[in-house]
Amino acid sequence: MGKPMTEQTQTPETQSSPSSDVGKSDIIRVEGMHKWYGDFHVLQDLNLTVRHGERIVICGPSGSGKSTFIRCINRLEEHQQGKIIVDDVELTDDVRQIDSVRREVGMVFQHFNLFPHLTVLENCCLSPIWVRKTPRKEAEATAMEYLERVKIPDQANKFPGQLSGGQQQRVAIARALCMKPKIMLFDEPTSALDPEMIKEVLDVMIELAGSGMTMLCVTHEMGFAKTVADRVIFMDGGEIVEEAPPHDFFTNPQEPRTQKFLKQILQH
Amino acid sequence: MKKQTFDSKPAGPKPWYDPRVRAIFFQVVAIALVFWGGWVLIDNTLSNMESRGISTGFGFLDESAGFGIIMSLVPYDATMSYGRTFWVGLTNTLLVSAMGVVTATILGFIIGVARLSSNWLVAKVSLAYIEVIRNIPLLLQIFFWYFAVLSSLPSPRQSVDVGGAFFLNNRGLYVPEPVTQDGFGLVWGGVFAAIAAVIGIRIWAKRRQLATGAIFPTFKVGVGVLVLVPVMSYLLAGQPLEWDLPALKGFNFGGGISIIPELAALWIALSLYTASFIAEIVRSGILSVSKGQTEASKALGLPNGLTLRLVVIPQAMRVIIPPLTSQYLNLVKNSSLATAIGYPDLVAVFMGTTLNQTGQAVEVVAITMAVYLTISLLISLFMNIYNRAVAIKER
Repeated sequence: MGKPMTEQTQTPETQSSPSSDVGKSDIIRVEGMHKWYGDFHVLQDLNLTVRHGERIVICGPSGSGKSTFIRCINRLEEHQQGKIIVDDVELTDDVRQIDSVRREVGMVFQHFNLFPHLTVLENCCLSPIWVRKTPRKEAEATAMEYLERVKIPDQANKFPGQLSGGQQQRVAIARALCMKPKIMLFDEPTSALDPEMIKEVLDVMIELAGSGMTMLCVTHEMGFAKTVADRVIFMDGGEIVEEAPPHDFFTNPQEPRTQKFLKQILQH
Repeated sequence: MKKQTFDSKPAGPKPWYDPRVRAIFFQVVAIALVFWGGWVLIDNTLSNMESRGISTGFGFLDESAGFGIIMSLVPYDATMSYGRTFWVGLTNTLLVSAMGVVTATILGFIIGVARLSSNWLVAKVSLAYIEVIRNIPLLLQIFFWYFAVLSSLPSPRQSVDVGGAFFLNNRGLYVPEPVTQDGFGLVWGGVFAAIAAVIGIRIWAKRRQLATGAIFPTFKVGVGVLVLVPVMSYLLAGQPLEWDLPALKGFNFGGGISIIPELAALWIALSLYTASFIAEIVRSGILSVSKGQTEASKALGLPNGLTLRLVVIPQAMRVIIPPLTSQYLNLVKNSSLATAIGYPDLVAVFMGTTLNQTGQAVEVVAITMAVYLTISLLISLFMNIYNRAVAIKER
């Protein structure tokens, strides 16, 4: 696994953060973040620091707020209290700041959300052409590169409706990568897939992790967490309950809620 | 009868148990019934008309009509033929339908989008508009605009006068008529040059975007060119345009262009009524695009405007087009309510006065129905062609 060379400058914060890894600077900082849906307190006092190239898996029972949490990181959901700083830009109500964060953060959704009226290639080129103002030829060349990386260059001129679920999800990953993002967010990328298609998507994600991409994945794929993650975060009831490297997390969970959750999902 | 032998084919059922044979049998019976019914109808009509001494045929179209029509787009006076009254009625129907389609579409799209606004007041006002207008019968609305609003305007002598050029009274709205003078050709040249330039700029901007990625402000520059070039050529040509102002002559106005209250009432009512349905169609079209599409677009960094233009609208259009087509058809057919307030449309002029005077009921009704059928089928055809262009490919 190639870890990228990053700047040597260290802020005092990186050194003081719990599982500090020397030589890496923060790319995401979440401080004391709260979110409410009306009276319902969905996210409670979340704190998280993610360094360049770090791979984080977020798991937890359904309704624990893990999807809402990563959707806050590119402001698909608003937080009401606390701070979220992504790549030195704080997420506020300012649309320019929101747009500049979204340009650097790619996202892959549970239901793919490919644009059905555009071909696979057009899906991949849309944002580079309109947002990055890349010449069409260059955008298409980049898109083909990424489509090759996710192993479906031959489907470039088909429409999303003509592809299988696994193929669609791989296109969605390629589409996000075409913006050359610094961070990739995965919101349960394999939950809507048939079992035989899960592997092809996970393979692409593992390959991506190997290339040094900063990744935040909400997933129930514990095998993926074990092989790829630097840290596993367990959420329940809108709180971060436990945060540990995968080996410690799976073999020696500290909190009773984590133990109960792991027992339930690892039973079979 | 031979005894059944064993061969490779499975033994078929008796013919009256075979669904295919049954299908053919019932179709033959159905066709025979239709032809018999049609023949009875035609034979009966012809023999009845003969016994009453009514002549058949389309010869009446060449006879002189002898009645006046309050508004016509083609030259018409009472000495002209019944064939001419047909054209007057048809063009009047097409005029109010075309005006109605344009305004209903614009209004409907605005209200439909406003209905989804996050602004509470805007959304609720649109909701109230839709629920009130679409739940009141159209005929009532036409009466409302004609009798309650437009008829209560002042008489020509007390006209509402806007700058001595526009006059509004119970005989209609009078506006100045532009009269072109010598040298106006240059202005037309300017207009066409501007249109050509805008098309050129669009093509050039698209090519440049494909090649370098830079996005050119085509809309702003285009509007600028479209306004500036004709205005400059107008000034250059020495302002070759004069206005024929409407003026009070005796009891009524002469000169200028007049929009009669019958047309205005019908146009307003048709537009408002159809717009309320179009608004609901537009709203459902936009809502049919799943939230995930907007989220994916935003997550890719596309700002709101581009998300709407590149992702939401292209997908909403395919849901909007088919029901929009039937609203256009409804509008054209509803324009026949013109008869109720005396707007001289096809039904009022041709199926009303012409039919009354000639008594050629079968021919007149057949022609009128054929016209509405043709208009409707043409609208459907064009909308289907457009729909095919925006449809989404799957599998």
